[in-house]
Amino acid sequence: MIKISNLYKAYGDLLVLDNVNLEIKKGDIYGLVGVSGAGKSTLLRCINGLESYDQGTLTVDGVDIKTLNRYELRKFRSNIGMIFQQFSLLERKTVYENIALPLQCWKYKKADIDKKVRELLELVELKDKVNIKPRELSGGQKQRVAIARALTLNPKILLCDEATSALDPNITKSILQLLRKINKELQITIIIVTHQMPVVKQVCSNMSILSKGKVEVSGRVEDIFLDKPKILYEVLGKEQEYLPDNGINIEILRREKSSNNSILSEMAIATQTVFSIVLGSLDHYQDDIKGSIVINVQTEDREKIINYLNMHNIEWRKF
Amino acid sequence: MESFFSPEIYDSFIKIIWPALGATFRMLIVSAGFSTIFGFVLAIVLIVTDTRGLYPNPLLYKFLDFIINTIRSFPFIILLVAIIPFTRMIVGTSIGEQAAIVPLTISATPFIARIFEGSLREVDPQIIEAAKSFGASESQIVFKVIVVEALPSMVSGIILAVISILGGTAMAGVVGAGGLGAVALLYGYQSFNTEIMVVTVILLIIIVQVIQTTGNFVYKKLR
Repeated sequence: MIKISNLYKAYGDLLVLDNVNLEIKKGDIYGLVGVSGAGKSTLLRCINGLESYDQGTLTVDGVDIKTLNRYELRKFRSNIGMIFQQFSLLERKTVYENIALPLQCWKYKKADIDKKVRELLELVELKDKVNIKPRELSGGQKQRVAIARALTLNPKILLCDEATSALDPNITKSILQLLRKINKELQITIIIVTHQMPVVKQVCSNMSILSKGKVEVSGRVEDIFLDKPKILYEVLGKEQEYLPDNGINIEILRREKSSNNSILSEMAIATQTVFSIVLGSLDHYQDDIKGSIVINVQTEDREKIINYLNMHNIEWRKF
Repeated sequence: MESFFSPEIYDSFIKIIWPALGATFRMLIVSAGFSTIFGFVLAIVLIVTDTRGLYPNPLLYKFLDFIINTIRSFPFIILLVAIIPFTRMIVGTSIGEQAAIVPLTISATPFIARIFEGSLREVDPQIIEAAKSFGASESQIVFKVIVVEALPSMVSGIILAVISILGGTAMAGVVGAGGLGAVALLYGYQSFNTEIMVVTVILLIIIVQVIQTTGNFVYKKLR
């Protein structure tokens, strides 16, 4: 759906996008992550033409923005909704007027506007706030209004620029649930720019990590978190790890949905060994729990354990 | 109880002060109206042609910027005299109320343009981005988003300008424009009539208070 190849952009001498290559599929929820200044917001703005680029191509459904004239660009943008960190609502207009604005700009009939606005208010669960101004709403409610506004023109894509970064964790969760609902029910492709890793784990199926304008790694979210490429720590910050020096540490991975939830105890019984769990990080990835556990094994039990793991096709690596 | 004012003051009030009050209001309203319209147009052109605006045009921006600064560097009393030929060209005379409206408008327009420019510039750029993102046209962004959001702050600006124009109308008394300023000057100062001076000053204070209070009320309503 979105294809980006060899994209470059510079502000003066500063290269903000450095040979970016990406492909985002229809119906996906895609995460663009990186520390601030990595170029992720700029990349996002290139998708709907809010920012231009110097070299390379970027196509949405085969259309290259660079070939569009002013009116075509407006029409093109109406197919791509966008929400922002600071919600970007008109403070002087009511919730209703804010949501109606895109429709008014595109000269829809009053009755059609009313129908659409009420439908969206229902979707974002703000039916009781119709005539209230944004300053009386909480952050989460404001973002819901912004989401409704972004959906008025039935876009195919929704761009989220740090949309949850100003919200507290519980509100973030409810906004993310709403985004997933939109993705599923309305089949809208969603692209999320964020520096919050829990957000990516919770909703994204694929992701890219950007650093200094470069895409350092792209792939399935769970793969990236399990394979732990070095660049991941630039975003996460390296955690201090205290592991025992004696014996060997083995990391057991749970990459796919698995029916077996008792690997460790079964292994202990089968191999008649004793080991200790020294580190573990299991997390929700969309609807599933995935992650890895590190166990410390006595040196003499090493073979037994490894044989067991290999025999049962359990993914592991030395830690 | 003995009155603070002499009986003659009521007579002068009807004959001198009341008509002058009318003249002051006419000058005030007409020049405030014109300078708000011209200032608005200028401010829109300024923010649109700014390097970060919707149609960047540095040359036009710098030109307007220069003109505005130039006019603003004139003290009003100098401007009043300096543009007499221009005033005569526009209204056919250089004395009277109509003649005062020209310099009042010319001096207030750049002032209002600057205030409006500031108000319009204060609108969160992300709101403008959001409007672009749903495909609003440039004129829709300016008039349905930027101006709408800046309106309360622009109203405060108009109030500021109106009070400054009121000060200008007093000086316009110099070109025989009449108004409260001329009364205070001619009767109060030059004829040593303290009573008239006091009454005009009190009237001016009341006018300023009323304008400011109304302005604050409108501002609150609009927010």
